[in-house]
Amino acid sequence: MKILKHIGLVLFLIGLSIFTGVLFTGSFNLSSTELTSYVSNKGYKSELILNNLKKAVVTNEELSILEFSSRVREAYKDSNDHYDALINKFNEEKDWDKKGEQYQYKIYGKPHTLSFELAKIAGKGYAKELPGTLWLLTFGLGILGALLFILPNLFLLGKAGIKNNGIYLESSTNRGFIAWLVLVYLVLFYLVLYFMPDYVVNWTYILDPISKSLNGGLASQWFVYGFLYCIIMLVMATRMYIKYRHNKYQLIRTTSVLFFQIVFAFLIPEIMTSLNMPGYDFKNAFPLDYDFFFDWNLNSLLNSGGIGIFILVWGIILTLIIVPVMVYFFGKRWYCSWVCGCGGLAETLGDPYRQHSDKSLNAWKLERWLIHFVLLFSLVMTLVTLYTYFTGTDSLLGINSQWIKDTYSFLIGAWFAGVIGTGFYPIFGNRVWCRFGCPLAAYLGFVQRFKSRFRITTNGGQCISCGNCSTYCEQGIDVRAYAQKGENIVRSSCVGCGICSAVCPRGVLKLENGPENGRINPTDILLGNDVNLMELINNK
Amino acid sequence: MEHIVIIGNGISGVTLARHIRKNSNKKITIVSAETEYFFSRTALMYVYMGHMKFEHTQPYESWFWEKNKINLKKGYVKKVDSSNKQIIFSNDEYISYDKLVLATGSKPTKFGWPGQDLEGVMGMYHKQDLENLEKYAPNNQVCKRAVIVGGGLIGIELAEMLHSRKIPVTFLVRESSFWNGVLPAMESEMINKHIQNNQIDLRLNCNLKEIKSDAKGFVKSVIIEETGEEIECNIVGLTTGVSPNIDFIKNSTIETNKGVLVNRFLETNSKDIYAIGDCAEQRQAIGNRRAIEAVWYTGRMMGETLAQTICKNKIEYKPGNWFNSAKFFDIEYQTYGWVFPEKNSPSYEKHFQWKHQDNTKCITIAYHKDSLLFLGINTFGIRMRHEVFDKWLSEKRTIDYVIEYLADANFDPEFYSLYEKDITSKFNQENGKSIHSRKKSWKRIFTKA
Repeated sequence: MKILKHIGLVLFLIGLSIFTGVLFTGSFNLSSTELTSYVSNKGYKSELILNNLKKAVVTNEELSILEFSSRVREAYKDSNDHYDALINKFNEEKDWDKKGEQYQYKIYGKPHTLSFELAKIAGKGYAKELPGTLWLLTFGLGILGALLFILPNLFLLGKAGIKNNGIYLESSTNRGFIAWLVLVYLVLFYLVLYFMPDYVVNWTYILDPISKSLNGGLASQWFVYGFLYCIIMLVMATRMYIKYRHNKYQLIRTTSVLFFQIVFAFLIPEIMTSLNMPGYDFKNAFPLDYDFFFDWNLNSLLNSGGIGIFILVWGIILTLIIVPVMVYFFGKRWYCSWVCGCGGLAETLGDPYRQHSDKSLNAWKLERWLIHFVLLFSLVMTLVTLYTYFTGTDSLLGINSQWIKDTYSFLIGAWFAGVIGTGFYPIFGNRVWCRFGCPLAAYLGFVQRFKSRFRITTNGGQCISCGNCSTYCEQGIDVRAYAQKGENIVRSSCVGCGICSAVCPRGVLKLENGPENGRINPTDILLGNDVNLMELINNK
Repeated sequence: MEHIVIIGNGISGVTLARHIRKNSNKKITIVSAETEYFFSRTALMYVYMGHMKFEHTQPYESWFWEKNKINLKKGYVKKVDSSNKQIIFSNDEYISYDKLVLATGSKPTKFGWPGQDLEGVMGMYHKQDLENLEKYAPNNQVCKRAVIVGGGLIGIELAEMLHSRKIPVTFLVRESSFWNGVLPAMESEMINKHIQNNQIDLRLNCNLKEIKSDAKGFVKSVIIEETGEEIECNIVGLTTGVSPNIDFIKNSTIETNKGVLVNRFLETNSKDIYAIGDCAEQRQAIGNRRAIEAVWYTGRMMGETLAQTICKNKIEYKPGNWFNSAKFFDIEYQTYGWVFPEKNSPSYEKHFQWKHQDNTKCITIAYHKDSLLFLGINTFGIRMRHEVFDKWLSEKRTIDYVIEYLADANFDPEFYSLYEKDITSKFNQENGKSIHSRKKSWKRIFTKA
């Protein structure tokens, strides 16, 4: 069994190395026709960009992706610099007509995106020519290796039950060297994915066949991300199924997050795209889905006929009615640890790291400031966006709509939710984003704290203050602080993953939905002591 | 300002300090020789097993003590001078007190076996024991086999700890079945099986004769009394019970027996000196309880109670319905009220028992054979609601009532299989009754007794 595990690890690492290494393979160059057709499709009016790009990438040289990317971006910059200079010049000359003319020649969008789109056409090499073989060598080996690593646990972990043995004795789960390596890899992955998609164009080739069969188009970096996300969740869910095989709550919950990720977040949007509809994740609620009210999305929905209107109405109902009503009945867990994609990754890939959330009072203070700030930020941004959308202006109260959208997307959407949110798993725990940043979680939290039937019941006086619950709370709630006082846990941040209840050695904690009355029950004297004393002190 | 000095920073002493602080402005000092901060002793096992780090066993962050003006003093008290109202430390420092509380807990009991002080022989009680274990049994290369002597709660925990590092364990139990002085036979037998299923070499009816040493004074092997068999091992865990940790007052004026003798107000014979927790011994045992209650929960209750007395609201220690809990490897155990094993149960006590075929879940309900009064329940592998059983015990319900409403008491996580129907039908069958198991009702659960 142990040998099998080691073989699995080796296979996985080989798969991961090929997956990483493949990015540096292949060569990139364009024919003149390919370039011209791309530029005219894009509607670029600048002759300069065409010429620049011709010089840069229409060549017989076999450019690496790094070289290709840098040349394209140089061409892009050179072209824009040229027209910016002209704009300045005419500005100084006060030649307003000529100044105005120059703007049509400017290119908008991110340089790396232009480079990605060109590279997608320009690429040659293993990834493009043998996607099937490479799929097997990367995804295939990775999945096989990971499963070989995970499945023996069925026997190695011993009898069904809580087996957190050695978590704090191993480098990978105790913030050791391996954990830091994983952090670096994840952070780099997100940086490249979000900001330098052209560097991962080879990955998209590997998934082109799958993408075509699903939505009819070629794979983008987002398709790669979505596909990878599903695969990782599937593999790590098998780990959950084995680890918590004695706990039906965990089994059902894991199945639920898997289902919503694969069907709602991945398959349905892809199929919708193939049917020429806007691809929409029906479970992704605003304000987590922060660009729902962005003008491009509204326009796209309004131009998509009946389905567009349906999505628009559904999105609004989801946030305003379904989400809070469900939180009233079941707590925010119905979303955060049963449905949500971020939660889904945290509960599968992130499970080995759940113990790293900071339980200190200071962390709780920081959490409340940050998460409510992000909620406010998202609401202000949406207000500005909607105002400018309906009035046709650029800004509201001096806040420029494009600026605030870009700032939010960059800081919150990319850095906080992605790079930090997932990249920091191995050191800071698996719910950094959900705890400190998610505006939807903040909103759900208000409902859960003030108007909900959900609580974690503390079982009378049975707590022995051991601390397993607090240690394994991914949201950094000091569960023990409540349990040892015989008090139910009612906290806005609780996502109801149920692990505190699972790891409790004395059966003290139970997640349940019950009457609101008596839900919050601070006590001084715990059950089991003198009845008169309890009454005297607790009713004081 | 009155100065309250508490010796011992365990659950009793710390609970006491917290409650005194809630009710007064008194100066509070907690003295401990073991650790700087309060930690949960019951959680030490999880540190060795790698579930937690030691700091996770500390229920309060370090700022808590300063914020609540509770002084912490690390030092070993060697003597109490009650005439001058002083305690004297091993380095001859002293502190004066107005009121002194002894909350020094327990220490592992040793029975004078040859070799019991060798290197590699240890109890599993103090933080220092944990450090010793880490030193002598870090893995199964250094420690090729461990022998545990004494089949109680600490013994089985130590077995689970060593098992988590894949160290082979031989478990010597004096009784004919694990913990059968407390558990009814069926349950005890189920736990025997469970221990063996975890690859523990369980030896029932076995006493330790002696521990043998190698040339360097380390444990080499143990000899079993009954058979003379020699078992080679690198460590020996002595878990044959604990006794009050009160050697330092043996020569004082404070009256002691096995523990510090206290009355129902937790007062010792010496004025302004109290004792709580494991080290306190009631002059007369309360109800079915033992005179010395070495249990987490009772330590906490004594702390809660004594704080009232010290804060001018003098009340008796009057614990409510008995409850307790433990975990045997993967099987959780809870008990509410009194269930005695068959061999020493009172003549009126009768049992209804149910066991799941998977051998990891069972319950025993004790009741009065004539009045059918519900006396208590042992539950294994099924979590039960403390409040509900506490209420039923106080309301003096019958076993029929308990069976009928058992669903109200279930505390297992959502979606777990429920066994009330199964349990009810077995009860009906054995007793010729036709009770219908009721569905869980929030209303009943929340109605206070």
